[in-house]
Amino acid sequence: MSEIFVLVEHRQGKIRDITYEMLGLGEKVAAQQGAALTAVLLGKGMNQFAEDLATRASKVLVVEDAQLESFNSIPYQKVLSSLIPKYQPFLTLIGHTAFGMDLAPSLSVEMNFPMITDCIGLSLEGNQLKGTRSIYGGKVNANISLKESKGHIATVRPGAFDPKTPGDKKGGIIIEPSPLKEAIDAKMFIKYIEAPITGEDITQAEIIVSVGQGIGGPEHIPVIEEIAKNLGGVIACSRPVVDRNWLPKERQVGISGKTVKPKVYIAIGISGAFQHVTAMQGSETIIAINKDPRAPIFGVADYGIVDDFQNVIPILKEKAKGMK
Amino acid sequence: MNIAVCVKRIPKTAEADIFIEKNGKEIKKDNLVFTLNDWDGYAVREAALLKEKHGGTVTVLSIGPEESKEVLTRCLAMGADKALRIEEPAIQDGRLIARIIAQTIQGQSFDLIMTGVQAEDDGYGQVGVSLAQILGLPHAAIVNQIEIKGDRALVKRELEGGIEEHVELKLPAVLTIQTGINEPKYVSLAAILEAEEKEMEEVSLEKLGLAPSETVEANVDQVFFPPVGKMAEIWKGTPEEVVGKLTEILQKKKG
Repeated sequence: MSEIFVLVEHRQGKIRDITYEMLGLGEKVAAQQGAALTAVLLGKGMNQFAEDLATRASKVLVVEDAQLESFNSIPYQKVLSSLIPKYQPFLTLIGHTAFGMDLAPSLSVEMNFPMITDCIGLSLEGNQLKGTRSIYGGKVNANISLKESKGHIATVRPGAFDPKTPGDKKGGIIIEPSPLKEAIDAKMFIKYIEAPITGEDITQAEIIVSVGQGIGGPEHIPVIEEIAKNLGGVIACSRPVVDRNWLPKERQVGISGKTVKPKVYIAIGISGAFQHVTAMQGSETIIAINKDPRAPIFGVADYGIVDDFQNVIPILKEKAKGMK
Repeated sequence: MNIAVCVKRIPKTAEADIFIEKNGKEIKKDNLVFTLNDWDGYAVREAALLKEKHGGTVTVLSIGPEESKEVLTRCLAMGADKALRIEEPAIQDGRLIARIIAQTIQGQSFDLIMTGVQAEDDGYGQVGVSLAQILGLPHAAIVNQIEIKGDRALVKRELEGGIEEHVELKLPAVLTIQTGINEPKYVSLAAILEAEEKEMEEVSLEKLGLAPSETVEANVDQVFFPPVGKMAEIWKGTPEEVVGKLTEILQKKKG
């Protein structure tokens, strides 16, 4: 039987967690088919990564080229679209990440493979690939089946699957020549821009009072910030609050912001999109205040208050005064 | 600089009660309020800002039912010059939508084509990048800053963990726009009324010489509420009582 490709994601000299999670998922799907699990590693100076991956996959395919050093969808796609016809993987797994979202759709069009994105579940039923996705902001799940095809592409939600740990057996490492000839001018990677280190470091706080779009407007920020201070903590927020400029980016908890693990995390008017939840679920105790009892945040919180935050905040404000 | 922006009309579900249709394949929509997809709103605003700076036109297009006119009018009020609605009430498959958009705009000389990163409803996130491949254009996804330099665009992409990257693209190009790229502008009623006078073209797939005949690549078998795993203990009582419980936990945790 054929094989499953897992596209290794790495950035700035590190393999990203999503890679190991995809290998964990890939191993399960491969077992359903008796297929081999292949890690596809594109980059420059990849020896160490290849050795690590060989302990977690049945095979590592390596293509080295200076143009693959930092992620760029064009050279990545050129290499993959030359490897796929040669090895004919039944399924190619790619992270549903900034990297994969820039690559998977164009690759699947080029290969003419059906694609499922942002999977939280994936399995094979006969020759048909079926996946589960989380839709409508996490309120509903959908089971999807893809058209039968000799190849499929699935992008995988970060944090949704257990990572593959190193095994005893070591897979083979195969070096493939780079198909890239001339320099690619249409799209060029220029540089990374690190997050500026300014203001309060919310990752150090023991108590975080975090606000979401559900607070309705920036006029509520000062009182909630005062509560946070009186509790000996800091104010933070979810993405829509930063998008609307109610709070600066450095306060954002989420995949594209900070990951926090305070003793107490109080989420006010936050619906609980996975991009947020994944970055705060390591908190010791999570308390959610939301008027929507179906909000996904209650699935991750330890305690919940189902009410309009405006009924709760004035009382909390008074109580917090004596608590610092 | 001529810009096309592809937009979608979506139901707002954040604070709504959700029910599932009898066929088990879709949520009930008749109790929901529909609006312009948040990501697409940022894309339209960004196109309007680029037009202010570099001149040219902004065309918005949407594939959808009659009701999509409302969101297109909103886009016109936000600064778009003309709107195009492709009548097709049923298509959900993003790949097919990308193919229809590609065939619709092929041959028109747009310097930039924008979509939102994804739609609020199904969050598939494939139309923009698929469209680029079909049109044979370079693309960048999850863009949160755009600077035009002659026939090239220097864009910033949002990565994970607060990191960003600079990417340079040759125009024409396709960009998928991230929320927060700009400051949304309040759309006044006067602007909406004015927008109703602007050009709105409506065409059918047949008129475009297209038929939605392609087999859909991804089929929804079933929608269902996520299994309830660990669920929060919901505190009952008056606001005073629940805040009392909250502060109790805080006291305990602070030690």
